[in-house]
Amino acid sequence: MNDTISVTIKVWRQENPDAPGRFETHPQEITTDASFLEMLDLLNEQLNDRGEEPIVFESDCREGICGTCGLMINGRAHGPQKATATCQLHMREFEDGDEIVIEPFRAAGFPVIRDLAVDRSPLDHIIESGGFISVGSGAAPDANLTPVAREAAEKAFDAAACIGCGACVAACPNSAAQLFTSAKVGHMALLPQGQPERWSRTEAMVEVMESYFGSCTNHGECHEACPKEISLDFIAYLNRDYVKAKVKNRALSGQR
Amino acid sequence: MEPTPTPLLDPKVPNGPIADMWENHKFSMNLVNPSNKRKFEVIVVGTGLAGASAAATLGELGYRVKSFTFHDSPRRAHSIAAQGGINGAKNYPNDGDSVHRLFYDTVKGGDYRSREANVHRLAEVSVNIIDQATAQGVPFARDYGGLLDNRSFGGAQVSRTFYARGQTGQQLLLGAYSALMRQVAAGSVELHNRSELLDVVVKDGRACGIVTRDLLSGEITPHSAHAVVLATGGYGNVYFLSTNAMMCNVTAAWRAHRRGALFANPCYTQIHPTCIPASDDFQSKLTLMSESLRNDGRIWVPSASDEGRLPGDIPEAERDYYLERKYPAFGNLVPRDVASRNAKTVVDAGHGVGPLLNGVYLDFAAAIERDGHDAIAARYGNLFDMYQRITGETPYSTPMRIYPASHYTMGGLWVDYHLMTNVPGLYAIGEANFSDHGANRLGASALMQGLADGYFVLPYTIGDDLADLLGDPVVPTNDPVFTSAVAGIEDETGRWLSTDGTRSVDHFHRELGRMVWDNIGMARNERGLRQVLSDIPALREEFCRDVRVLGSANTLNQSLEKVGRVADFFDLAELMARDALEREESCGGHFREEHQTTEGEARRDDENFSHVAAWEWNGPDIAQTRHIEELTFDNVALSQRSYK
Repeated sequence: MNDTISVTIKVWRQENPDAPGRFETHPQEITTDASFLEMLDLLNEQLNDRGEEPIVFESDCREGICGTCGLMINGRAHGPQKATATCQLHMREFEDGDEIVIEPFRAAGFPVIRDLAVDRSPLDHIIESGGFISVGSGAAPDANLTPVAREAAEKAFDAAACIGCGACVAACPNSAAQLFTSAKVGHMALLPQGQPERWSRTEAMVEVMESYFGSCTNHGECHEACPKEISLDFIAYLNRDYVKAKVKNRALSGQR
Repeated sequence: MEPTPTPLLDPKVPNGPIADMWENHKFSMNLVNPSNKRKFEVIVVGTGLAGASAAATLGELGYRVKSFTFHDSPRRAHSIAAQGGINGAKNYPNDGDSVHRLFYDTVKGGDYRSREANVHRLAEVSVNIIDQATAQGVPFARDYGGLLDNRSFGGAQVSRTFYARGQTGQQLLLGAYSALMRQVAAGSVELHNRSELLDVVVKDGRACGIVTRDLLSGEITPHSAHAVVLATGGYGNVYFLSTNAMMCNVTAAWRAHRRGALFANPCYTQIHPTCIPASDDFQSKLTLMSESLRNDGRIWVPSASDEGRLPGDIPEAERDYYLERKYPAFGNLVPRDVASRNAKTVVDAGHGVGPLLNGVYLDFAAAIERDGHDAIAARYGNLFDMYQRITGETPYSTPMRIYPASHYTMGGLWVDYHLMTNVPGLYAIGEANFSDHGANRLGASALMQGLADGYFVLPYTIGDDLADLLGDPVVPTNDPVFTSAVAGIEDETGRWLSTDGTRSVDHFHRELGRMVWDNIGMARNERGLRQVLSDIPALREEFCRDVRVLGSANTLNQSLEKVGRVADFFDLAELMARDALEREESCGGHFREEHQTTEGEARRDDENFSHVAAWEWNGPDIAQTRHIEELTFDNVALSQRSYK
């Protein structure tokens, strides 16, 4: 189980958002038990020892939940393993002699900051525009006052599992953020707590999303790349709710 | 030298019976009227459960809040990785739970080293947290009637843990984050992401602001406020390998400490028994496997040391199910500290398993035979999948390998009943403070404490202090206290960049972590602690001379970020050793080998050590002063834990 392989790393280097980028090539020997990011840690240690600046890449929890990491590995967001964030990918997914191309997430909405780090703050702006239920601290009724059908709660969870990594955007040929947005809208639309603001939320979030990202043409690449396997169904629900919201949010609210 | 109690350590616990204390105190505190709240500026550092909930709530109340995170988004804070659940004394299962029982369990679980008044308040507001989170849309597990489900957790005989699959922390944090973003949209909270606190600024004895570094541009900026709240988490990464996220650090708390805030009980650290062992020398972190696995898994090691056979080839008679053997009543379900220490004992004695001989087996063969493959898959399928992704082995046919790892730190900044440090105007909430968990934290209580502090405690207590400042302007950021703090940080940055050493920051962090783990880990003794007290300064001297930080100060420079954090870990590690050395007893996560029963169990010394030790910074290279806060137990009788 514990083998060492030799691979060739071709990694994107870019000084700053405006600088032209380039690929740098490094041979690397690594045990297959190492994680992908530990392989990069080791490479950085070697670069540092040689007096070369380490490669900037972001990660934090390294257990697939915080959503900080995210690289294009051989052209795929988060690499070859399904339902796996970059930080949980291990070198045993690669073969001796492989060339591994590492790039930042590529999307117009995610400008490169440096090397492999990108700016994903538009995702926060989408949440800011309505991705919440307006309940002040202390204003909540007893938690069991409102029963929620188990199936609805489970489905809401399937959407709420999104880690906000942005792989959906990076994988999409249009750089669309529909899977991310639909997961947040769907999570709240499925719960009774989310109903009062359902239509205003949907419209506001879609509009902010469209100001940063491309349009969805149902390729489904987002779902393939998603480390949490968020279902494309949520995009269909989002589209349905958006159309309804456009009607309901007009000054006809008395006729809802 | 005898420690001397000082007036610094008045916990300001109100008088009266504990059951009504918080309710009565809320009435007696000063209020800031709604239209005056906008005259006050509050800085909240950190956006985990404690920080996000505090910033959102203070913003709702009308204070002008500045929220800081060094992540790219507030949602990334490490609260997100908590798996198991959150306790709440709702008594929905009708099994005899109550506020008093949660209070009792928490004090006992903390091995009688926490402050009763704080713990009781925590238990009281635990019920409000569940309501709040549910109203925000947190998808807690529900039964078929649509009502909330509970499960049991270590250290309790009732089911009071609310959970959201294995991602409770993620869902609670997304709730707090959404509340925070609502206030950002409303304009009451100004969000500063990718900004790291590098200094706390104090003028005339009162905290008046902070200094941050913009991690993208490198700009060093002063920020002033009427009050500063630190919600910056724990210091488990002092061990290098831990279940904490890569960026978790002690810097904010430590820099506050250097500005006068006392640091309490640094030796109280929690080691979690069920983590995946390191697989090689450049392992970057350890992954937790939920404690629930011990419900069905049997822990064992080969009876022979240096066993070469695969686990399946070792016959029953040649296996040592050491927990079942030593603790027949609790078996594999002994508390975290007991399970961890016993794993260390067998591995140190040469019975370790796996390629690096650094683990013990957690075996599901018996459970699979008893309940069937499908039942076990339904219970633990996602955990087994995660284990397989990391190790390449499947627990359905090969026993898991586990080993303890640093997980949580009970020590932290000393705070009074108002969650204020001894520096007026400076607060610490969540894991960053020392309160509530004593010497050992029970499972599912970290999320509870973070949210209690942020949603329901600090928003009340901070007003009592601010009310007296009505009309006072903030200290301007061109005041000499700010300009000298900024200059100090710029000097420090320049010094690291010009050190011109040969080895990486990670190299030194790894070495330090090994020292701390070996000597201030699961078991401590005087010889080891004295040794490490001379080893740490020697390594630090080498670090300061030989660390290599490349690049510049005015770009995204991750080595530069790390070097300051590791420098603070060096100072902290030394204090941990001193604290562990002076605490001549065993309690909770602090196990001194000299202080154990004949059966190898922890032995407290309530006569001499029923107190909080809080350390005062006296300057670099000068020994810190140990202050104490006496702990009294009027509502819970002290007893010795036994799990035989």
